[in-house]
Amino acid sequence: MKKGGVLATCLFLVTTILIVIGTIKPVPSALAYASRDGREIASSSTPEAALNNLGAEIRAQAWGKAYANLANKTQFTQEEFVRDLTGKYPCLRSSATLNNFEVFPLHATTDDAEARMKFYWSTSVGVLPDSRDLHLVRRGDRWEAEWPIQKEPTAPPQVIPVNYLRWDVIYRGAGDDWGAQDVESPHVRIIDMHPVERADGVFLLGELLNEDVVPAYVSVSATLLDKNHARLETEGSFDKISHLLLPKQVTPFLILFPNMSLSKVGSIRMTPFSTLIPASADPVIELDNERLNPMPSPSLTGQLINQSGQVVNVAHVLGTFYDRNGQVVWVADQYIDRALVPQSPVSFDLHIPEDLAGKISSQRTVVSTYSFGGAA
Amino acid sequence: MKLTQPFAPAFFLLVLASLAAQQPDRGFPSAIEAGSAFSIELHGSGQANLYIFGPNQVLQRTIQLGGATYFPAGSLYNAGHYSFLVDAGSQSQSGEFDVVPVSEPSELSFLAKPSRLPVNLRGGITGAIYVFDRYRNLIIVPEAARFELSSQTGNKQTRSVPTHDGAVWIAMDSTAQQGVDKFLAQVGGISSLRIIRQVPGEPCGIKMKARASGARVQLITDPVRDCNGNLVPDGTIVTFTETSGGTESTADVPLKQGFAQIEMPSRAGATISVASGTVLGNQIRWEQ
Repeated sequence: MKKGGVLATCLFLVTTILIVIGTIKPVPSALAYASRDGREIASSSTPEAALNNLGAEIRAQAWGKAYANLANKTQFTQEEFVRDLTGKYPCLRSSATLNNFEVFPLHATTDDAEARMKFYWSTSVGVLPDSRDLHLVRRGDRWEAEWPIQKEPTAPPQVIPVNYLRWDVIYRGAGDDWGAQDVESPHVRIIDMHPVERADGVFLLGELLNEDVVPAYVSVSATLLDKNHARLETEGSFDKISHLLLPKQVTPFLILFPNMSLSKVGSIRMTPFSTLIPASADPVIELDNERLNPMPSPSLTGQLINQSGQVVNVAHVLGTFYDRNGQVVWVADQYIDRALVPQSPVSFDLHIPEDLAGKISSQRTVVSTYSFGGAA
Repeated sequence: MKLTQPFAPAFFLLVLASLAAQQPDRGFPSAIEAGSAFSIELHGSGQANLYIFGPNQVLQRTIQLGGATYFPAGSLYNAGHYSFLVDAGSQSQSGEFDVVPVSEPSELSFLAKPSRLPVNLRGGITGAIYVFDRYRNLIIVPEAARFELSSQTGNKQTRSVPTHDGAVWIAMDSTAQQGVDKFLAQVGGISSLRIIRQVPGEPCGIKMKARASGARVQLITDPVRDCNGNLVPDGTIVTFTETSGGTESTADVPLKQGFAQIEMPSRAGATISVASGTVLGNQIRWEQ
């Protein structure tokens, strides 16, 4: 009985101490959620503090509070501000939350300042970064940011004729005769494969062709065997591949074997997988202004243009990079977090590792698309 | 004891009967056709339990030894080797017999592969059949099998081959013309049909034309065909690539109604190429 009283007193004291610590020095995430009710997190007495407040409000999805603290809010509505952050059409950003952000001051005087904010959005395909350059102005003892609003384009009303082409599949039924044949799986072929050793491990890079006349759902897995033909490890391409291949379409693939050395590998067993899938031949995405950018920040940049009349909700860009001999030396990818509105260009930027930039002489880029409420 | 002359034939018959009783499978036919009715007569007297064991089948009957026991049609229907046991105390006996398939085919299992293949492929189509009787027993005696592959245009390839141990397989060539072919297998009066789709091969000699369309260039291919003149099916991806200075524009466009078309940026001096899969088409230098 006496021991129980001591324990209760200890628990009470520890709880009280933790509450006091949490109140005096709260963790940033708790602070962000606490600011949802409209209270300011900290005074916006410096440009950095103003941007930290703005970032925390966006993270807490306190849109009203974030909008109210902007210097240029008369130029757009709160709905437009929210659409700028979450997307006008359903896309990866619509369901994303801001994981964290960084503020990089660029320039400051007594009355105005320039800074770059980097946002890291948690989406269903991983963390996607976004960057905005903001101008800040001082109003009395407070700093306020001018939000560089990017209004999502809207396609002008029009009729776009589409010769709708689609494949559906009827599979063999459970009650069919034992000898009744099922529909043949699509024939796919690995047309290139090349192992590369890097600091992260061994990468298998290659290309897969659908040589059939029907669409295919594809994936590739590989097994590394040692010199005695014993299995070392098996990995798959996961999302470093375009899973839907229309007839005669080619996709790159990348398979990573973390912490593996090529010196241990005697041979590689590749296993391409393909199965029939109901699919549509649309939309067509044009890749425009693709450019290989040199050092110090090597990349492939360009624009995606949705040539169809259907909004594309998620686009995945996969770039294949070749050396002078036409051998694949790298595969890079990027998810586009905005919907692709018909005829409106959306930029992409595929990072290329610095050490490989000098070897690359050409590239080929493909886009896989997903539309909510319809087949890809 | 001394036997007198009149008793000698009776004694001889008694010895024969005794020897016959020791023959365990007497009264059981050595082979029975699956599903057919049959009767047996086992020597002895009194009642006994008869057990018959075979593939997927066990029968138990109470029989009268020394009299006929009738088994109606369908009693034993799985072909194979059977054993029987008569449980009758000192008169117990056992033996073996066979149930053979019905000689008339009733069902074919026809495996035709693949369901889809390119035109002009030698030995590309394989067909295998298994011949069964009406109880799904494999008929292992040779039967004359006939295969017929007929195209939409009326061309036919036929082969006749006897079955061996209940099965037979053949290989046939795909024709030069695309289409849906009917693959028929026939044994006796029984037939089974499969559908084989012959599809065009790789595109052959892709050609495109370019014309100005406002600030853009409209690219359109001629109807894309394989090397046998078959139209490549709609949905096949054709890749257009425009290279100008250090920039490139590409688009993967599906064939629709036989050709692919797209509008790309009009850049003077640009080189535009077309390809499908691993097959390259022509190249255009755009000067407008």
